[in-house]
Amino acid sequence: MSDPTLKSHHHTMKRLALILSGAIGIGGFTACSNQQLVRVKPYERGNLAKPIMADNMDPILKSMTEHAYFSREASFGGGGVGGGGCGCN
Amino acid sequence: MKSLFTTLVLICSTLAVSAADPAAVGQPLPKLGQLLPGATLPNTARKVVLVDFWASWCAPCKASFPCFNRLQEKYAAKGLVIIGIGVDDEAAKYQAFSGKMGAKFPLVHDATHQAAKFFNPPSMPTSYLVDRKGVIRHVHTGFHGEKTEADYTREIEALLSEGS
Repeated sequence: MSDPTLKSHHHTMKRLALILSGAIGIGGFTACSNQQLVRVKPYERGNLAKPIMADNMDPILKSMTEHAYFSREASFGGGGVGGGGCGCN
Repeated sequence: MKSLFTTLVLICSTLAVSAADPAAVGQPLPKLGQLLPGATLPNTARKVVLVDFWASWCAPCKASFPCFNRLQEKYAAKGLVIIGIGVDDEAAKYQAFSGKMGAKFPLVHDATHQAAKFFNPPSMPTSYLVDRKGVIRHVHTGFHGEKTEADYTREIEALLSEGS
């Protein structure tokens, strides 16, 4: 490590790694901005609002499944998931 | 290097925010004729205008129609204009819903979402109350029954009493 050529090479590599990580960081940030992501706007939720998109399509089946969990698995709740819907109001 | 990175981060964040800016209080109402080409729109000059974005798949929108009919009956003669902008993708669903609701105020179809893209309503329904000078004064997101109707009534009466 005392060799000046080796030391300079080590510095160059360190600087290159820093620049690369910076570039990747900027790229990642840009990719996460609204410019890149496809977001479903509130006025575009017609398909999400269709009954077939609901997580509770069959209320009887759902209540029976929940009853089975309640009585057999000794656990209940925590079953809510993000389903469909228009997200209105 | 550090300053360059900071500048890039600032540019990215500014772009991200400006792309999602919805129409807000204090902004002028855009020319609706340009956003809704081909639509028959009422004269809004020196009127208090209520622009409402609705869709046939949106239950609160459906609930808001009787309220708008009452407001139309009560305040149209005093200078209120209500415009209902439907954002349904399918023209048939827009037509069927419009026919069923019996709206006493003009309805227009934003088939290309040009108006919706401009206003960028944060929820469905969203309505914009515009004063006689053409400035957006109130934005209502969602419809919460009697509470929203009472708010509309109070705000419309205040705006109608203002001079042009």
